[in-house]
Amino acid sequence: MRYAKRGRLRFTSHRDFARAFERALRRAEIPMGYSAGFSPHPKISYHGAAPTGVASEAEYLEIGLARLMDAEAVRVALDACLPAGLDIEECLPVAEGTLAERIDASRWQITLPGLDPSTVDAAGKIFLATPAIPVERPTKSGRRTVDARAAVVSLTVADSEPTGSCAILTVVVRQVTPAVRPDDVIAALATVAACVPTAPARAIRLAQGRLDDSGQLTDPLAPERAAALAARESVPDTLDGAQR
Amino acid sequence: MGLGHDQLGLFNVSRPDEALKSPVSAARTSGYSQGDMTAPDSLFPRLEPLLPRVTKPIQYVGGELNATVKDWDAVDVRWALMYPDAYEVGLPNQGVMILYEVINERPDALAERTYAVWPDLAALMREHGIGQFTVDAHRPVAAFDVLGVSFATELGYTNLLEALDLAGIPLHSRDRTDAHPIVLAGGHAAFNPEPISDFIDAAVLGDGEQAVLEITDLIKTWKSQGRPGGRIELLLRLARTGGVYVPRFYDVDFLPDGRIHRVVPHRADVPFRVHKRTVMDLDEWPYPKQPLVPLAESVHERMSVEIFRGCTRGCRFCQAGMITRPVRERSITGIGEMVDRGLRATGFEEVGLLSLSSADHSEIADIAHGLADRYEGTNTSLSLPSTRVDAFNVTLANELSRNGRRSGLTFAPEGGSERLRAVINKMVSKEDLIRTVSTAYAHGWRQVKLYFMCGLPTETDADVLEIADMAKDVIRAGRAAAGHRDIRCTVSIGGFVPKPHTPFQWAGQAAADTIDHRLRLLRSAISADRSFGRAIGVRYHDGKPGIIEGLLSRGDRRVGAVIEAVWRAGGRFDGWSEHFSYDRWVGACADVLPAYGVDLAWFTVRERTEHEVLPWDHLDSGLDKEWLWSDWQDALDETEVDDCRWTPCYDCGVCPGMGTDIQIGPTGRTLLPLTPA
Ligand code: SF4
Repeated sequence: MRYAKRGRLRFTSHRDFARAFERALRRAEIPMGYSAGFSPHPKISYHGAAPTGVASEAEYLEIGLARLMDAEAVRVALDACLPAGLDIEECLPVAEGTLAERIDASRWQITLPGLDPSTVDAAGKIFLATPAIPVERPTKSGRRTVDARAAVVSLTVADSEPTGSCAILTVVVRQVTPAVRPDDVIAALATVAACVPTAPARAIRLAQGRLDDSGQLTDPLAPERAAALAARESVPDTLDGAQR
Repeated sequence: MGLGHDQLGLFNVSRPDEALKSPVSAARTSGYSQGDMTAPDSLFPRLEPLLPRVTKPIQYVGGELNATVKDWDAVDVRWALMYPDAYEVGLPNQGVMILYEVINERPDALAERTYAVWPDLAALMREHGIGQFTVDAHRPVAAFDVLGVSFATELGYTNLLEALDLAGIPLHSRDRTDAHPIVLAGGHAAFNPEPISDFIDAAVLGDGEQAVLEITDLIKTWKSQGRPGGRIELLLRLARTGGVYVPRFYDVDFLPDGRIHRVVPHRADVPFRVHKRTVMDLDEWPYPKQPLVPLAESVHERMSVEIFRGCTRGCRFCQAGMITRPVRERSITGIGEMVDRGLRATGFEEVGLLSLSSADHSEIADIAHGLADRYEGTNTSLSLPSTRVDAFNVTLANELSRNGRRSGLTFAPEGGSERLRAVINKMVSKEDLIRTVSTAYAHGWRQVKLYFMCGLPTETDADVLEIADMAKDVIRAGRAAAGHRDIRCTVSIGGFVPKPHTPFQWAGQAAADTIDHRLRLLRSAISADRSFGRAIGVRYHDGKPGIIEGLLSRGDRRVGAVIEAVWRAGGRFDGWSEHFSYDRWVGACADVLPAYGVDLAWFTVRERTEHEVLPWDHLDSGLDKEWLWSDWQDALDETEVDDCRWTPCYDCGVCPGMGTDIQIGPTGRTLLPLTPA
């Protein structure tokens, strides 16, 4: 399923989300499948979470149920048990394989307040022309340096009136280890072109998926969507309800 | 020397701290005109850009499951409820959760919550002029009618000052105007609010459920009348109820030697003594019905159901047991309903059955059995905070852990020697303990934790050293009972702090050095015997924080200036060892107290005499001072007293004084299995 992390709840960390999600599963009385073993865990696999403080329209996870259920009913029930701002957007029965095989990059939108689009555009060109841009990031155990450049596939600035109020940047970033986050890209722009927003920048993950040859992201739920559509078409409408 | 709150002249000149500089106040003391104001703007848009720069920002955004945001203009009375510690500690607090729900259930009132903000955000808030906010709708705390602060411990006092300053509310009650909220203290520490009497407007003693409703009514009436007489009139109306303490209406006079001469109201229309509140029939108060579930991690990842209130075991060190008398049980069926409803409302996997000594509920065996049956085969687990040293307690723990693992059990003998346990009225023999832990180890529990206190009245080094022998005997017996050597025993030991409204309120507190010395002796006695290796662990705290807690617990109005000086010197989060600074407190005491002819030791290690006026004597917990004194004498004679639940009343004074009664079962009812929804 795909879920979104919006508004003030973008400050939810992944651990926070996981706890809330597991409680929502219990409140919604979703019949979860459990792992075997001494202390069984519900079968949930989360796919790479957006950093704390970063909103996302495209977070993915998979759950294993103990019995077949209508996917939309699961979505509605779970969404109702989560606070507004943590929203389950899509839920589809698995068609084939796992999500992990279908996601290797993210598309981020970054809003840089107080900067002119043309300034950011120029900075972006320098960024792309630089082979490696090491930036420092504070971590729990001191600071750590990552290269913010190599993982970036593309970086574009939206055409907008040069109002001077903000510039909107879209970056496609490959999911590598260590992960390159929006903050790292922002830091890199400041490093190479002294391009610093006047207020904290805001980032949102718009999509995740597999990079195709043209540098676009494919929809990771495409196989499920196709399978669901095919199933609907093969079943007469009158039976649709009985199926559930 | 008089220290009445309205004697401003004397007050000012006698305050050594007045010259100290104030930190830059966040919102200044602007105040919000509470006339016919419209809803204050949410502070969130201004707060939001700061959040990426602080640790765990989620704690400031609200949005908890079961939180309530009401329309500001649709109600008459607005409460901001504060737990003066970090969100992760404050959010699970039952008291705040209960009052939040009780107030919000009224159509004419709203309640929002606020917690202590960490220094990283506090600095940014000051820089950007953002005031202390509620997490529900991010409204400025200064805009509410009441700021109710629940003090579970005195170590939250500096956080109160920080919150007031951040809110832009004048620190001192006497400097507030009609534009500022009434600052109301509650919780156990409110049974002696004298050290914070400069900073609060009023205090409520005891159970808050009915009190907040009555205060809401009173404020509503006063506002609807056009606020006659302003703030003072409102405080007077509160004081006249006899259940709200308004320190500014009382004068404290001191004797030349520093002791209190008397505490008297300086107005004829306020009562000499203020009484605690007691809620009877817990089944009528099944709160919280919709427990709050945070997104952030908190100290308790479970929901709690309070199965009874009060305790009459009579442990002489225990303030909670003394001030919450008499025992009032929730019925077995009431408990069953709260567990079911709470689990549905929260999605938690664990339920704690809370009280001061949960194994004492008259129907606890049926409750444990019934709940274990009901949730058998689910992932719901039950826990029962009980440290009673007896085999029945182990049976209960076995029942509740039917589904799960048997990891650790906790018992609290509290005193190291049999003699000392007679002093504190904790009737446990060494044989009881050995038998109990053997039963536990034999039933597959691998880890036993034993709680003790150090620095109890009449204690000697030998009393504490007996803990080492006891722990070794526990391991010996445990290895025999379990049939293997893979068991552990952890000794957890803390410094004793004498508390108001207990028989030990007269006792001299043990000096920090004494505590540290005895803990050293104990540790070396345990580690000396290699045959126990890592089977025995020791957890302890040094004695210094206990001395400051002691100062704040038994202090009087003169201690307020110490608290303020510590806060001005940067004191915050004193309950956290990484923030607590003993030297800062000692320094503030040395700066402030000599002007009054007293010092830190005078408040802590000094033993009081029978007829000394204690700072809280005018605050009525129901306990007769004569009974407390005789119980103190019994303690010194090593004479024990029984629990009045199963033996005749020994006239502690509470029931006749408060018009209350012991409410216990058995009801004879049973817990029905639930039909699946
Ligand atoms: S008055 Fe008597 S019955 Fe009531 S709590 Fe005190 S000792 Fe127990």
